[in-house]
Order: sequence, then C-alpha cells, then structure tokens
Amino acid sequence: MSKYQVNLKINNMPIAVEEGTTILEAARKLNFRIPTLCHHPDLSVAGNCRVCVVEVKGAKLLAASCATPVSEGMEVLTNSEKVRIARKHIVELLLSEHNADCTKCFKNGHCELQEIASEYRIGEHVFLDLVRPESKIQDISSPAIIKDDSKCIRCQRCVRTCEEIQGVAALGVINKGDQQRISTFLNKPLNEVVCTNCGQCINRCPTGALTERNYIEEVWNAIYDPSKFVVVQTAPATRVALGEDLDIDPGARVTGKMVSALKKLGFNKVLDTDFAADLTIMEEGTELLTRLKKALVDKDETVRLPMMTSCSPGWIKFQEHMFSDMLDNLSTCKSPQQMFGAVAKTYYADKINIKAQDMIVVSIMPCTAKKFECERPEMRDSGYQDVDYVLTTRELAMMIKQAGIDFNKLEEEHYDSILGESTGAAVIFGATGGVMEAALRTAYEIVTGREVPFTNLNIQPVRGMEGVKEATIKIKNVKPEWAFLEGVDLNVAIAHGLGNARFLMDKVNRGETNYHFIEIMGCPGGCLGGGGQPIPTSPEIRQKRANAIYSEDEHMTIRKSHENPEITEIYKQFLGQPLSHLSHELLHTHYKPRKRY
Amino acid sequence: MEKTLKKVDIIFEIDKSCSPLAVLDRTLQRPADEIILDLIDSGLKGRGGAGFPTGLKWKFTRNETSDVKYVICNADEGEPGTFKDREILDRVPEKIFVGMTICAYVIGAREGYIYMRGEYNFLLKSLQKKLDDFNAMLTEKGVDFQIYFKSGSGAYVCGEESALFESMEGKRGEPRNKPPYPTVAGYNNKPTVINNVETLVYTTMICHMGPERFKELGTTDSRGSKVFSVSGDTPIPGIYELELGMPLQDFINEFGDGDAKAIQVGGASGHCVPRKKFSDTIIGFEGIPTGGSMMVFNSSRSMYNVLHDYLEFFTEESCGQCTPCRVGCQQLLKGIEAVKKGDKPPAYLNDLKKLTATMKIAAKCGLGQSVGNPFNSIVDNFKEEIIY
Repeated sequence: MSKYQVNLKINNMPIAVEEGTTILEAARKLNFRIPTLCHHPDLSVAGNCRVCVVEVKGAKLLAASCATPVSEGMEVLTNSEKVRIARKHIVELLLSEHNADCTKCFKNGHCELQEIASEYRIGEHVFLDLVRPESKIQDISSPAIIKDDSKCIRCQRCVRTCEEIQGVAALGVINKGDQQRISTFLNKPLNEVVCTNCGQCINRCPTGALTERNYIEEVWNAIYDPSKFVVVQTAPATRVALGEDLDIDPGARVTGKMVSALKKLGFNKVLDTDFAADLTIMEEGTELLTRLKKALVDKDETVRLPMMTSCSPGWIKFQEHMFSDMLDNLSTCKSPQQMFGAVAKTYYADKINIKAQDMIVVSIMPCTAKKFECERPEMRDSGYQDVDYVLTTRELAMMIKQAGIDFNKLEEEHYDSILGESTGAAVIFGATGGVMEAALRTAYEIVTGREVPFTNLNIQPVRGMEGVKEATIKIKNVKPEWAFLEGVDLNVAIAHGLGNARFLMDKVNRGETNYHFIEIMGCPGGCLGGGGQPIPTSPEIRQKRANAIYSEDEHMTIRKSHENPEITEIYKQFLGQPLSHLSHELLHTHYKPRKRY
Repeated sequence: MEKTLKKVDIIFEIDKSCSPLAVLDRTLQRPADEIILDLIDSGLKGRGGAGFPTGLKWKFTRNETSDVKYVICNADEGEPGTFKDREILDRVPEKIFVGMTICAYVIGAREGYIYMRGEYNFLLKSLQKKLDDFNAMLTEKGVDFQIYFKSGSGAYVCGEESALFESMEGKRGEPRNKPPYPTVAGYNNKPTVINNVETLVYTTMICHMGPERFKELGTTDSRGSKVFSVSGDTPIPGIYELELGMPLQDFINEFGDGDAKAIQVGGASGHCVPRKKFSDTIIGFEGIPTGGSMMVFNSSRSMYNVLHDYLEFFTEESCGQCTPCRVGCQQLLKGIEAVKKGDKPPAYLNDLKKLTATMKIAAKCGLGQSVGNPFNSIVDNFKEEIIY
C-alpha cells in the first residue's frame, strides 16, 4: 500500500513527500542542507542537540527538523532570521561547555562540532566558559577506547549506539541538569564494565569525546628502531575502507596502494591477515566437522553445538559477560589476527632467521577490540606478546598523511611472501556471513570432494545486511569417511551487531533452534563496519564496502582457503595437520567468564 | 469583563446531599459525547499551567482507535511555590478518583494512574486505603476500571507530561519529541489523557453542577475558579480557591502585608509582576496564566537573590538532554553572577535576554522554554538590583 503524499513548501519550494517523512529528510530531497549533531542514520531520533531547528510558519516554537514529521500545507524556512539566531546561539552554547582544544584533539579536522563552528565562524566567545576542570580527566583505563567528557556535547549518539545497535548499554546518561553526562555503571572505568571495546560509539561520536587509544607513536618508534624487525599484517576489511580517509569515495578497493604505502612507511615486511584467515578456516572447519562427528557418531554429550565463530573480539567479550554459560559453544580457534601473531613469531621468525624477541608485529585492523584482544594474557603463545600493536584503519591513514605519501598516486604493490598469500575466502571474512561462506566452501569440499553447489562459489543465502540470516545446506554424496553426514541438513545462522547477536543467543538458549554452526560478528555489517573504520558510517557506506569485498573475492585467482599454497606449505612444514598438537598450542585458546557488573 | 477578588468553594466543597460517588453513578448513565460537550461548553482549561481545553483533550483521545488507553492524574506538583494539589489529594481524593473514572468511561480506558511526587509519599498511607476502597467499589459496580499510584522520584521535569510517561515506563525522565502528543501516543505509546489533579476535580464538579454554573465564574478566556497557593510575605499564607480574572491589585489587597514590591505569579517558571503593574495585571489566560503559585515579595527581599535561586533551580532540574536548556540555564545563572561581580558589563544582560528568546523557541520542552519568563520579568523590572 503506497503511503499518503503530503504537500509542503520548504523555503518557498513545493515538494510532495510520503507521510511520516521528517522535515530534515524532505529538505534534503530539495538539497537544503540543515546541520545536525545528535542525528545519525543508524540510530533512533533524539532531537536533543537542537541545531537542526527550523521555522514552521504559524508555529510559536521552532521545530527540530530531525524529529518533526511533515504535515499538509506546512511552510518551512530553514534559514530565516529566527532560525539563524537560534542556531548560532545553540552552537555557541555547545562550544561554551566544550573543551575546544582543537589543535590538540585526535579528532581535529574530523569533528562535526568543529565543522559547524567553522561554518558559522563563531569568533569572539559571547558566553562564559563552562568547561569543568574535572571533566578534562580522561578515562584511559581501556586499552581500546579513550573517553574525554570535556569534549562531550551530550548528543547521546554513543548511548543509543551501545544500547540500540549493540545491546550492551555500557554507556548511559547519568545525573541531570548541569551535572548530566555520559557514564558507565556506577561511574566505573571503561575497563571494569561490560564494554566490549567494539568502538561503535567512536564511529558515531561527533566530537573527540570518544576516540581509540592510538598507538601511532609506538609504531613509529618501532619502525625507527634498527634493532627491531617490524612486520605488519592487514585485516580483510581495511582494504575496502582505507581510501575513505584519504580522499577516495567509499567502496573503493585500495589493496595494492595500501601495501605500497605500508612499504613506504618503513615496515620491514608487509603481510596479510588474510593468510591467517585461511588458516582459521582450516582449523575451524576441521573443528566443526570433528564436533559433528563426536556428536552424531560418538554420541558424546559433552560436545557443544551449535559451534560459534570466535574471530570477533568484541563478540567474545560480549559472550564472556552476557552468556558465560555458553563459552563451550565458541570455537577454540583464535582470531586470524592472533593466529597470525603466533605463527609470525614462531614459524615465520624461524624462516627468515629473526629472533622472536626482535620482531614487532603490528596489525592494521578495522577494529578497536583488537587492541584489547592482543593484550589478553592468553595471547602470548609464542613466548612473547604475539601481536604488539594494533592500529585502526583511521590510524594508518594518519600515518600515511604524516609521512607525506600521496596515496592516490601510489603504484599498486603485492604483499611480501610468505604469510602474504591469500584467497577470496579470506577476504570475505570482512563482511557479515563471510566466515560462514569461507568455511562452507572448504568444509563442503572436504566432505563431498565437490565444490559448494552455488553459482560461481557465491553462497548468496549467507550474504546481505539482514540482522540475522539463516541457511540450510543439504549434504549429499559424501566421501566414505564422512558417511555419517550423508543426507544431513547443515543448519547455519549468522548475526552481526551485538544486538542481533543477543537476539540470536536468546533464541538458542530457549532451545528454539537446531543450528550446527553460527557466525557472529560484533559490528554491524561485520568487520567492514568495525569500530576502527573511517568515519562516518551509514548503511549506504557499509553496503558499498561490502560490494567492494565481494568484488575483491571475485577478482582473486584462488577462492578457497584450502587451496592457498602457503597454507598447504605451513601444514606440511610446521603444523602437521589441522587440530594437531602444535596447532592447539599456537592457534587455539580458551575463554573466561566475566561478570556483568 | 473585569472581575474582583471572590473566594469560591467548589474544589473542597463537601456536599452532604450529593457525594462524589453519586456524581459518578449519575454521570456513567450519560452518553460519553454529552459529557465531552459539557466540558467543552464549560470552557474548563487545564489547571497545571499550560491551559489546554480539557474537553478537547478528552475528545481527541476518545476519537483514537486503540484497545488500550490510559487516564493519568499528574500529581507531580513540583513547581516551586505550588502546594495546592497536596491539599486536594489529602482532603478530597474521591473527587479525583471520580474525575478519572468519568474520563476513563469517556475515552475507553481500563487503567488509570496517579503519578504522585515522591515527596508526597507520606500521604500514601491514608490515600492507598481510600483508593483500594474506591477500586473495590468500581469492581462491585461492574465498572471495568482500576486506579493505581505511581511514585515519582524527585525530578521537577517529570511533571512535564511526556517525561512523566518516560518515568512511569521506568526510563530516565526526559521529555519526548512532539508530535506525537499524548492523546495519540502517551504512556506506553497508547492514547492517554493526562490531567492535573485540580483539573480532574473540576471535571467531577462540572458533571455535578453543570457547565452553566461553572461558566458563571471567571471571564471569557478564563472560565471558572482556580486554587491558589499563596506564600511568601503574606500574613495569611495558604490555599485559596478564587474566581479567575481578578486584577493582581485585588489579590494583594487581600493577601499582601502592605509592603509587597513584587509577586511571582506561576512559580519559578512564571512571571514576576512589580508593584507598579499590579492594577493592570489580570490573573487568567488573558493576562498571566498560572498553575496556582503566588509568591509575594516585600521590600526586604533581594530580587537578585530571587532570580539567582530560580536559575539555580533550573540549572539543576533541567533534564540535561537539550542544549538550549542544559547550557542556557547555566549561562543565565553564571551570567548574572558575572554581572553582579563586575566581570561582565551590565549590557551583558541584553545578550542573556537574547539567549532566553532562543531558549523560548528552541528548547525541547516547557521547562527550557519558560526560563525566560522569570529572567526577563525580573531583569526588566529590577535591573538595578541585578547589577548593583
């Protein structure tokens, strides 16, 4: 049923829009830009910053255009005298309680408040400075996220993100009036609450109130240190987003340029997390088949199904806090980042004749939770911290700018070898459903000896941006050693964003499902929508990154993890076989229950 | 139509010949639309301060299609200087219950709530008993409606209707965006009538005495009478029901101590009227509307201190979500301090007045929108007290 059309005028221009459209949306259709701060395309409407106010003829009050639906015959002015004065006042008020130390701010040049202030050329401060000294004390307790209340404009985008998208609610509003601010349960530091370090709040913070803990200086120091051999690994999702921070439109694949830039920055070797993603598939695929065998053939009741992926450190911490009775469902596989670190400081160090203690492993990740993950005490199986520093995609873009590299003009280069070869299966790890698709491509082939029965290997049912996806793959004509799987319907599910994860976990907990394997990614869209990716984010931007990821996959010569020649080699020379003793030692881990408060 | 001060006894009247329950029995026999017409005809406007026509509010809610609707009595009497609802709750609670039940009958609600400010919980002991009896009586009569108490937790802003719903739903008491209005989506996003305590009692009384007798009182814009909370420099502080439409001079002649220099009409968020304007100021919707608070200040009072107190109050009681109110209140407070200290020139008061103009049209709810009322009326009329 088509919706009722509403006629109105904005700045004297007539327009007809669907009933329920907001004034802001209608104005955008006419290309009138109205500034916003608390509004975000991923979040519910708040209407609290008030910078988007507009005049509606005949109304005594200005209307918050983000929160006001159009009505028939409405006449809106987006830049009348009343509107301009009010909007300027509001920006001045926000600045009066904002620690406008812009030149020292990590978000300098990427701040929405700064942008509006610059548009309105707020010069002399009309109002009194209200910044409280105590608000300048940052919460630096988390290895991933820094919270600076003196930069906060109380738009509550972080609060809505944490609650609506992630279902975590680590951040909330406390107090009222002049004491109102964004805080945690009992005002505890971020590292003592249920925060999963996912960084989605950072992606939506309009100012510098929430930023990643940055390790740029540490990494530069390592690069400059002649006694250190610095290798860098890049996650699948960084290559489809890095360009956004370097003047390239969303959706561009910049893999070759990124490799080239990393080499110019001075890393000794530029390697690929995708290699470790292929390794993950070998281990996790085998683990799934083993669990199925134990459950179906050996009737081992201690085996927990459905098995759940463990690549996303935000998801892992979420599970440890919220569903700690289901930790045995998690695959014991480390994430690709940590498999890479463990292999780099053992197998690889040996190969290139570098001592592990002299090696620094840096990760470029779309993720802030990876900063937490690399510091977990479980992640030192090489005898050293397996991954030393994690930089977000944004931090890498900053380093590239600092180094004066003209990113656009770079020639494309290839990853170094070894630990640089990868497959299409690995790159799709960056999108929701990608781990599932990669695992199915390999597991199905192991079991049946044939490729997955989907055109061009593209398993469409597990792709897309639906919050929870389900699929069933019928396993037929198996190899003799997998006879127990003959005719089995393999049921899988995929969720992305922790809110969706919670929904799915509750369903599993209630016993309403018969899944064998579940993929969960902590962030919306999967890693491509990670908390370390370029800002802004929106459904459209994430879709473009996803398209780029699948296009990258199609452009790869090898598209199945088990066909990666470097993977074959590492098993032959080092690990033996998936789930071998050495694999368990280096590539697998365990989890610990955490309290909710 | 100029009125003079006239004391009235409708709200607290105990009519032995016709109890509230008898009014209820009689009214529930009448068609709902007829009751609405009576209310519209009576000209009754909301007594909480905003003054929305009660009959229309009931009509809009009645016209909504929904299985679930609510009646809510706003007893979160938080406006500084207002204490009349406490007295009504204490002395004539049945009239409130009856008003709510009539409303429920009209709009089609099965649940009603009295959201009472936490500071009035001391009343609960006796009230709960009376309410239980009333609910039992409704059940006995086969009336499908029950009333419950909800206690507020001390935030001034929760008297704002949409913040009140949020609070009732267990969330932070923060005002919502409007539209939608409560008649469409109120408590639990269902059509809701929310009326002030006093308004509900008047609905009972209009059903009892008919709209004609009610209309005889007051003026064209301000029908009927109103309960006033009189405090400050008066020899006879207390609760008085007075006819609407009187000049402030009449009021002060009755209640003043002979030395009044200003009256704050409508509480902290209301207007300050100086002595020279007493004769020209009418109490009612055509003049200065009020939720009932009348604070009298004599010449011993510093109007700077009065304004400072109000601004401190708003700075603390703003919910904090919207910029104009959260930051605006702080700027006004710190601003008059700076002028007093000489850190800012007297002309800075003009910048602050312009700021109140923005707050009035850009703040999200009535709280931020009305802070300019006391600010401008005190600054304009007592500028020398603010500066020196």
